[in-house]
Amino acid sequence: MNFDPRYSGRNFTSVGTRPIRPDGVDKVTGRARYGADFNMAGQLVGRVLRSPHAHATIRKIDTSKAEKLNGVKAVITAADLPDLTDGDAAMYDILDNCMARKKALYDGHAVAAVAAVDARTARQALKLIEVDYEVLPHVTDVDEAMKHTAPLLNDAIFTEGLEEKPVRPSNVTKRTQFGHGDVHEGFGQADYVVERSFKTEQTHQGYIEPHACVASVSADGTADLWVCTQGHFVYRQHCAQLLGMEASKLRVTSSEIGGGFGGKTHVWAEPVALALSRKAGRPVKLVMTRDEVFRASGPTSATSIDVRIGARKDGTITAAEATLRYSCGPYAGMWAEIGAMTAFACYRLENVRTVGYEVLVSRPKTAAYRAPSAPMAAFAVESAVDELAKEIGMDPVEFRIKNAAQEGTRSSYGPVYGPIGIGPTLEAAKNHPHMKAPLGKNQGRGMACGFWFNFGGQTCTDLNIGMDGSVSLAVGTVDVGGSRASLSLVAAEELGIAYEQVKAVVADTSSLGYNDMTDGSRGTFSSSMATISAARNAIKILRERAAQMWDIPLDDVVWEKGHAIAKGEKYGNLAALSLREIAAASGKTGGPIAGHSELVADGAGVSFATHVCDIEVDPETGATRVLRYTVVQDAGKAVHPTYVEGQYQGGAAQGIGWALNEEYIYGKDGRLQNPGFLDYRIPVCSDLPMIDTQILEIPNPNHPYGVRGVGETSIVPPLAAIANAVSNAAGVRMTHIPMSPPRILAAIEAERGG
Amino acid sequence: MVEVTLWGSLGAIAGGKSKVEIEAKDIRELFRKLAEQYPGFEPYIDRGIAVAIDGTIYRDTWSKELPQGAEIFLLPRLAGG
Repeated sequence: MNFDPRYSGRNFTSVGTRPIRPDGVDKVTGRARYGADFNMAGQLVGRVLRSPHAHATIRKIDTSKAEKLNGVKAVITAADLPDLTDGDAAMYDILDNCMARKKALYDGHAVAAVAAVDARTARQALKLIEVDYEVLPHVTDVDEAMKHTAPLLNDAIFTEGLEEKPVRPSNVTKRTQFGHGDVHEGFGQADYVVERSFKTEQTHQGYIEPHACVASVSADGTADLWVCTQGHFVYRQHCAQLLGMEASKLRVTSSEIGGGFGGKTHVWAEPVALALSRKAGRPVKLVMTRDEVFRASGPTSATSIDVRIGARKDGTITAAEATLRYSCGPYAGMWAEIGAMTAFACYRLENVRTVGYEVLVSRPKTAAYRAPSAPMAAFAVESAVDELAKEIGMDPVEFRIKNAAQEGTRSSYGPVYGPIGIGPTLEAAKNHPHMKAPLGKNQGRGMACGFWFNFGGQTCTDLNIGMDGSVSLAVGTVDVGGSRASLSLVAAEELGIAYEQVKAVVADTSSLGYNDMTDGSRGTFSSSMATISAARNAIKILRERAAQMWDIPLDDVVWEKGHAIAKGEKYGNLAALSLREIAAASGKTGGPIAGHSELVADGAGVSFATHVCDIEVDPETGATRVLRYTVVQDAGKAVHPTYVEGQYQGGAAQGIGWALNEEYIYGKDGRLQNPGFLDYRIPVCSDLPMIDTQILEIPNPNHPYGVRGVGETSIVPPLAAIANAVSNAAGVRMTHIPMSPPRILAAIEAERGG
Repeated sequence: MVEVTLWGSLGAIAGGKSKVEIEAKDIRELFRKLAEQYPGFEPYIDRGIAVAIDGTIYRDTWSKELPQGAEIFLLPRLAGG
């Protein structure tokens, strides 16, 4: 990578302004095209048959009656998606999740699919498919699944990470451990110790747009896929591998995205749609219903966490430990491992230990959800931190400030921190007017901190300058939160032109080099780095063309404020050449002008946030009302502050829903009871106050403009901040998320009864 | 020669060591030599290992140099949302 990513401390003209979003008009007028808005001539309707059982052996599938139904063009089962994963266990799990092979592993697991001329015929065909199941015992609770007596979901799984190799299979796929120091000795130094157990229920990312795609496989083996995704290049890799295609022969175009939050980072229905199209010889459109989205795609883990923290009378934490058990669905994951890494990352600890257990359960395959695993760990730790501060008699903010990690602190997950922003977010929260606002009866205030890693990744960007001087920016990271506007600002900044002169698009997989997906808060961080690099490459060509036009040496031409300038007194009479003028002459000076960049963006820098909220609890019903909410977070440099604020508010809103209402509810039969937005209640506008935001800008030393990722950290503190507020309002410590009215009422009544 | 700290699961493969010393100039050479000395590391390297150099986490920049005296810490490669 011939590009210096170090922070340069420049002054900005475009970056940091708030222009109108380029995708706004289309989105509010309905012109924007989402996954289900694409259609092809002759397309068929795809539908998926799903298991009604939480755990069952598939003895036999008879598709003959469905195949004979008039209007049915293809029926597929796992036999049409043979295992081509070549020992890649993670890809095999994705394949098995797309279409069950030997066993159905959760209620909603796909077992067969049809493509028919219309939806009615497709539904009829599904009813004609006969599946012979042998129903097996199931387990959906994370703690129950760890017991020796629990039904085994996969008898080939032996727990990794134990000191002694286990002799019996288990639902626990892996044990991981992080930490340093001696927690036993640390607890010996403590004057106060808080020890609590917490649970969080499984939630869905709750993206409004269901998974949707149109697949078209030609007779020559080439294919097109139009799809709603967070990473169309990754989807291309997955689909090509699972269907035995060459990646270059599969063109994937990403649609607008109505939310993903981690749930659209690997394939679910897309290989099925391609396999149906391949078999039918016609395009196939496959759109999940909301019921299918809940039953068969992307929830986060349910967790069970024990926390123990000790401190001296002066408020210094002497030791901290946590045991974290995270459900993975029926496939191995690293969800508890991430929770174990993030749990105590906000604090300066001499003695800390976290242990994580990955647990298989009869639920859908766990998927990433915005700072995956961190919110649950933060809920447990920040609840215990609050309780410990109270026992010591310290203000919770002061207690956190006293123990906050800082530059040079050894993080709880291992490395020593460079410059970090937890201290400034706490100081900003302490000084925020919100902290001094009066509270009424049955009202409580809570606060909490949160941490997330952020990361970068492979990134490729093209910047093409038209002959009229307008600039087309083609990026490969899907725009999930406003990156097209931010990246246009970055291109304008670097080139020295107006924002309106730049138009950014998300290019398809055949038009641009590989890009990792938009996850890990990397979209603007990574693609802005590549855009800066591409713009600088274009500027070099612009200077060369100006030198040609003037017939002077390249070294005598500099680029300033969107113009080529001949440097030195001998060129005093030469008027500066604008980008437009150079572009207009490009046909006669060497042809099109463009800048390209292919790089690995690394050094994203860790991120911290502090949230404060006020909650009112009705002690008669357990109902809650969020009165006020404030987010303080470090953005490094806010490229488009309105979008950054939107990310802060969005994370808080999702966290509020998770904290107060959202949960997967399973019946004793292992079937999901609430796969719809009527019974799975995400917050709507009337549930939320105006979420106040405060952007801190502590530059990331590893980005030319100081940019950090901002998308995920904002969902880490809400569970804990709200739990602390509810606990303070209700006068009882809440240890189970969501804090739905029945759960709060039960806690209040138990406290009264006790 | 750089000192490399391993996270728990990796340490178990290295015979219970939490730190190993490797002669490596960059991340690529580090991974190659780790795989040579500890064959059990290979599946982890294939799955993805992140390298923290003085606190900054690198996931894919295998050309990144390992400065003498820097704190080198291996971490699992993480998923994001």
